Amino acid sequence: MSAESADIKIPAAAVDRSYLHDGTSLKSWLLTTDHKRIAILYFASITAFFFLGGAAAALVRFNLITPQGLLGSPETYNRLFTMHGVVMVWFFLVPAVPVTLGNFIIPLMIGARDLAFPRLNLFSWYLFMVGGTITLWALFVGGLDTGWTFYTPLSTTYSKGHVALAAAGIFVAGFSSIATGLNFIITIHRLRAPGLTWYRLPVFIWSMYSLSVLLVLATPVLAITLLLMLLERLFHIGVFDPAVGGDPLLFQHLFWFYSHPAVYMMILPGFGVISEIIPAFARRPIFGYKFLVWASVAIAVISFFVWGHHMFVAGTSVYSAVLFSILSYMVAVPSAIKVFNWLGTLHKGYIHFDAPMLYALGFIGLFTIGGVTGLWVAALAADVHLTQTYFVVAHFHYIMVGGMVSAYFGGLHYWWPKITGRMYPEAWARIAALVMFIGFNLTFFPQFILGYLGMPRRYATYAPEFQVLNVLSSAGSTILAAAYLLPLAYLLWSLLHGKRAPQNPWRATGLEWQTPSPPPTVNFIATPHVTQGPYAYARPDKESSAKEPPHGEAHE
Amino acid sequence: MNSTTASVGFQYRSGADQNEAALAGMWLFLATEVLFFGGLLLCFIVGRHANPLAFDAAARETTLWAGTVNTVLLLTSSLAYAAGIVFVRAGDSRRLMRCCFGALVLGGAFIVLKFGVEWPGDISQHLFPAAASFKIGGALEGGARLFFVFYFISTGLHGLHMLIGVVLVVWIMLRARRGEFSAHYHTPVVAVGLYWSFVDIVWLTLYPLIYLVGRG
Amino acid sequence: MTLLPSASANASEVDRLLWALLAISLAVLVLVFALLLRYITRYRANSPVDRGVEGTKSWIFESAWTGATLLVFLGLFVWGANLYVRMFNPPQDALRIYVVAKQWMWKVEHPSGQREINALHVPLNRAVQLIMTSEDVIHDFSVPAFRIKHDVLPGRYETLGFTATRAGTYPLYCTQFCGVNHSMMTGEVVVLPPAQFAAWLARNPVADDLVGEGRTLYIRYGCSGCHARGAEVATVRAPPLEGLYGRPVPLSDGRTVTADERYLHDSIVAPGAQIVAGYQDLMPSYAGQISEEDLLKLVTYIKSLSPESPP
Repeated sequence: MSAESADIKIPAAAVDRSYLHDGTSLKSWLLTTDHKRIAILYFASITAFFFLGGAAAALVRFNLITPQGLLGSPETYNRLFTMHGVVMVWFFLVPAVPVTLGNFIIPLMIGARDLAFPRLNLFSWYLFMVGGTITLWALFVGGLDTGWTFYTPLSTTYSKGHVALAAAGIFVAGFSSIATGLNFIITIHRLRAPGLTWYRLPVFIWSMYSLSVLLVLATPVLAITLLLMLLERLFHIGVFDPAVGGDPLLFQHLFWFYSHPAVYMMILPGFGVISEIIPAFARRPIFGYKFLVWASVAIAVISFFVWGHHMFVAGTSVYSAVLFSILSYMVAVPSAIKVFNWLGTLHKGYIHFDAPMLYALGFIGLFTIGGVTGLWVAALAADVHLTQTYFVVAHFHYIMVGGMVSAYFGGLHYWWPKITGRMYPEAWARIAALVMFIGFNLTFFPQFILGYLGMPRRYATYAPEFQVLNVLSSAGSTILAAAYLLPLAYLLWSLLHGKRAPQNPWRATGLEWQTPSPPPTVNFIATPHVTQGPYAYARPDKESSAKEPPHGEAHE
Repeated sequence: MNSTTASVGFQYRSGADQNEAALAGMWLFLATEVLFFGGLLLCFIVGRHANPLAFDAAARETTLWAGTVNTVLLLTSSLAYAAGIVFVRAGDSRRLMRCCFGALVLGGAFIVLKFGVEWPGDISQHLFPAAASFKIGGALEGGARLFFVFYFISTGLHGLHMLIGVVLVVWIMLRARRGEFSAHYHTPVVAVGLYWSFVDIVWLTLYPLIYLVGRG
Repeated sequence: MTLLPSASANASEVDRLLWALLAISLAVLVLVFALLLRYITRYRANSPVDRGVEGTKSWIFESAWTGATLLVFLGLFVWGANLYVRMFNPPQDALRIYVVAKQWMWKVEHPSGQREINALHVPLNRAVQLIMTSEDVIHDFSVPAFRIKHDVLPGRYETLGFTATRAGTYPLYCTQFCGVNHSMMTGEVVVLPPAQFAAWLARNPVADDLVGEGRTLYIRYGCSGCHARGAEVATVRAPPLEGLYGRPVPLSDGRTVTADERYLHDSIVAPGAQIVAGYQDLMPSYAGQISEEDLLKLVTYIKSLSPESPP
């Protein structure tokens, strides 16, 4: 099937020019079907949502400097943490890596010219923006104070916020997730370059594939759950109302059936990014490729069967709690495997400390802390004490922010030359990575102790004995905020003033590095043929004789 | 392998490749639909488990004949469309159009019977769950209302899928009239066929749950 | 800053588990960080250290650390689950205290009729079982010093057991987000030695005990009209309630349930859901007509009806 049919026509401009120069009008961006341009559209939206959610978080930390709450109004505080949760979960953490890096890199990595359904891809961006706009409207104009979890009957009956509107927005954005997942799965199945067998796929592709399965199978359940919640709110249909014969716990079951896999939707792409960066900067093939790959798949499968561990004190039966506890330990095993494999890759490597690698190393450390504290909350009796306290807040921020956001920044720096055709300023990037690591730990480590001491989540005011740790956490958050603003500044600067990026600045082996930076619209002028596995890094002492990518440039 | 009229995206190696991707995409989309309706069915099962007597009493108020006639209509409609796929595989676009027309008439009859006859009948009998007065009173009222909540939501969502299906079948008919389909290229016909059959299968799940189980 | 007091029988056991978790976590973290730091210093790109030969069999390492992780995890699971299951099986002779949550306060009713708001007095070294329900949204009753926590749901009874082992006053929190003033839905648990607890009970005024108030409500809502002793005096035939509590009840759909608090409560608000075998579905639902507090009193009264007691 390598011969192309005559009816496939490639416009000359798509071959000659970089995708950034293939049309400059607004229309050429807003109606583009090029996965790379759509990724850029997503980059812009995702960045806006990230700083919005971050601003809400900053205000939350500001409020908690004093026990009485500096904002003065619990209602404002409740709206802020709800805004932080809703924006970050649905409009940053779940979509961020897939729709930006995934959208851009997946076709390049598998030697394809685009995703399988380019128009669907564009449509999903519009859905995302429509859903995002509706949700933001609800958050800003009406205010929403249910927390991102929308527990019934608070959300359906008692809250005065704009619950229905927010649910409608998330409902719409959900279909964007489904469309993206569907597109990725079909693309990875059908559009791999000749010779690119499943076991020659980079781990990033495998984790994007696992993630897509989660998106496609879990998001529809969120859609129907939000629809029922919305109808309950508007018409009091009673599905979640015990007075009519419904069940408020049913909502929690359905909600977590989506939202637990959602946690893995957030972290699986992170695993993928890290598994690309570490071999590239350790100059070694990844350790235990097949274990890493199947660990991703195992995580995707098991993550569907652990939702009940969010409900150990919610009033479900003891038997279900015991079952969900052991399943939660099972899902932790593949994650542990991954950490050991990354360490195994570093062993006997030739390690370079460029910014992407610093983010990746930070990821390993922070993710491990997030992971081992997961063991605490999976142990039933310990969870009874720790759940709904700041311990849980710290735990999942170590996974989400320490893990996923570090990976996002790592990936952003790693592929920045490919995406923009410019190098970012290395020194600044290293400083940002370091400051982010320090600021993050200062912000969230004290929260573990706060949680053990019993400080509940979502409290606008708190007992005075918790103040010292809260001040420490708020102080850390200012450092963290500064660390996030740094990349915004220097990456934007590099768009205009950065050094021109060579085709393969990291001497990495992925197919995405075998085409110019930035790539032409058509991605590859000649379809690549793959003859070996993804991480064929030769040892530097034998490098001269080893096969290097054709246009590889010297590193540093 | 050549595809005739439809343009092939430059990411595909051939038209055949693109067609296979399109069908796989439709299958995957239907998988998401299963999960969507699955959540609703789960709620139905939980509601019924908590209110068995009320659900049975409410189910006896549904219009059995309308549901049964609709089942027959929908199955026949799918049969007609499936026949159309067989014809277009043989390159017979004219018969495909006739089959589409048959499927449309039968599907349209389903929609008319469901939303023009059955729903108004239910509402006039005070079976609308969000209304102030409700036919079934006493201890069973809450549960019976819940049953009709599921009845209206599930048949409503199913009806919405039917309407989308009707639009798709009309689209297939128009494209067939323009002579866009042939024995070589008819992927959209098959994809819409998958969708149309899926809507059928959803109904085959709803029909016993709504009309039969409570009468057993 | 003081460490968290450990004031219940359960607390020290949970703490032991937490210490074990801390030890394991530290061991894992030390291992991971030590390897990480060693590798990135020893194998930095310009380090001349000899890398030896490549190509070790990775599956041996993989299986070894997968197996080791699995074993540790299983051990933690068994430990945590065992303790959890025991926490949920309080002794039969526990002191039963009723808790009603509403936005944004805790209302406590002692079996002998004393009431408190945002406070709970309990005797030292005596097993206590809280029977909790909510009038509106989901709340959560949490006492960190006891290492216990449980959601409080509308429309059903949830129980939470503990035995306080150290006298003192400990904070009580609502830990399920319940609306605007969630963070103000706090209170205190006061643990008193038995003698002082008795004195506290005696000091507090009692309007009527729960059973007495329940009897008044039982008559006011007309329950006695149908559920009278001896069906012949009643115009409508309804199952007798004397001695019902704790007995198995056969239902018309073939199931058998135990008449616990939840069953009694549900039979008042949703009588049609569980029809007693041999009876008809006649009783109207009282959902929304009787407050959760009054329902508690009714249930307590029905529980008190022994087969011999006068109606």
